[in-house]
Amino acid sequence: MKLIIAIIKPFKLEEVRDALLGIGVHGMTVSEVKGYGRQKGHTEIYRGAEYAVNFLPKVRVEVAVPSDQADRVVEAISIAAKTGQIGDGKIFVAPIDHAIRIRTGETDANAL
Amino acid sequence: MRVASLARDALIAGGLTVLTAAPAMAQDAAKDLSQNLAQTGGKIDAADTAWMIAATALVLMMSIPGLALFYAGMVRKKNVLATMAQTLAVVALGSVLWAVIGYSLTFAGDGAAIGGLQRILLAGMSPDSISPFAKTIPEALFMIYQMTFAVITVALVAGSVADRMRFSAFMWFAAFWLVVVYVPIAHWVWGGGFLGRAGMLDFAGGTVVHLNAGVAGLVAAYVIGARHGYGSDNFAPYDLSLAVIGTGMLWVGWFGFNGGSALAADSRAVFAIVATHLAASMGAITWMALEWWTRGKPSVLGMISGAVAGLGTITPASGFVLPWHGIVIGFAAGLVCFWSCTWLKLRCGYDDSLDVFGVHGIGGATGTLLVGVFAVPAVGGAAGLLAGHGEQVLIQLYGVAVTLVWSGVATFVLLKLVSAFLPLRVDKQSEIEGLDVTQHGEALQ
Repeated sequence: MKLIIAIIKPFKLEEVRDALLGIGVHGMTVSEVKGYGRQKGHTEIYRGAEYAVNFLPKVRVEVAVPSDQADRVVEAISIAAKTGQIGDGKIFVAPIDHAIRIRTGETDANAL
Repeated sequence: MRVASLARDALIAGGLTVLTAAPAMAQDAAKDLSQNLAQTGGKIDAADTAWMIAATALVLMMSIPGLALFYAGMVRKKNVLATMAQTLAVVALGSVLWAVIGYSLTFAGDGAAIGGLQRILLAGMSPDSISPFAKTIPEALFMIYQMTFAVITVALVAGSVADRMRFSAFMWFAAFWLVVVYVPIAHWVWGGGFLGRAGMLDFAGGTVVHLNAGVAGLVAAYVIGARHGYGSDNFAPYDLSLAVIGTGMLWVGWFGFNGGSALAADSRAVFAIVATHLAASMGAITWMALEWWTRGKPSVLGMISGAVAGLGTITPASGFVLPWHGIVIGFAAGLVCFWSCTWLKLRCGYDDSLDVFGVHGIGGATGTLLVGVFAVPAVGGAAGLLAGHGEQVLIQLYGVAVTLVWSGVATFVLLKLVSAFLPLRVDKQSEIEGLDVTQHGEALQ
């Protein structure tokens, strides 16, 4: 099993969700995060006081899938989340040791 | 140390003045009850009373929730509730203090330095009582209208020390400040004291409210010191939409603040309202234009700051000038206050968190001086420079100077006095964690 972690631009979330539904992935966890990479922040000025805002809002999407589906999921997210501008984000693939469905107690492949 | 001993001397002198006047006040008390009805020659007018009741409600709304929203929207999330708490507490505490002692010392009796004790706990105020200062409305209405001015002045001061003052110390300071700083100045200008007698013009509180609060705020900002992280950390406002809503309430409420200062439902009230509204509008436009020019973008914070600057600046002039003067005065307010909030503040390095001095202090002083220039006899019975009475500017300057000195010195002394018993600031860790949680045990979710 693999945990796919994607940091994407917030407005791309619906597109990514639709793309994943299209390839049969029906669940995900989403959180609002801040971060930066090559995309620089901006400056805000409030009545003469200037602040550099270095962290940009992003959305973190986490999807757990069987290992053989990982590549398809990564590809789907990549295409859906891409704008071609700096700040599109990154995708990480991490191994999962165990998975459990809380309601039924099913484990591993049956939990995904 | 020299400043402290000067302040101590001023306090002793002030105390002696009040004490020597006390025997005379006691004698006056007995006569005053009948005096009120027989000699003021007043008669309650229904229209004036109706308007003044409405005006009182409008000005109270300026404090709660107007100022509460205006201020709270500009601080950081962790201090929003605490900032509102300061306004709420001041309204509650200040209202009671005003009824108990503030009103009497400001508007009863006829001392040059301070009022009398005849109206302690509003004693002697009957349904028929009329104040010599407002001859067509019930005295109780005049009293509560003035109450709304007193409490908002105290609430304004809190803006300078937002994000770091200990709530308990603030409450003590606010209570003393109302009685020792606000009451004397209000008496001198409006209550028959020496500034009004000298011919000083302040229609609705350019000195009594705005310059007073501004100077006190500046002194407090210096005494308490800058916020931890000031100049380096991100202090961006939590939610400027709250501040915008607050500004709307202040702007509309000001129709009662300046319009109501005519103490009657008449043309002077209307002229005051028109001048006020035009000044607010022009202040907003001017600040917007300045930002557009200097930084390329007009900000919402700039618009609301400009509007409030215009409102504070027109306040002393509104019942003495022609409505179109409001445009000129609003423009001046935008220029001067923009300069003081951006250039002056950075240059001097003080942390006046919410620019009470930059907007209200500087604006109030500017407006008070401009009355001396623009006052027109047909409107308020007084003439300024342009109407051939240039001396008025000097009288205004005198009033500004007295207010500045009393407010500055007395505020300093009070802060030092309170700090002898309680730390004025919260400790550093509490300041970092936030006042909502540490002072009030609450948090925005």
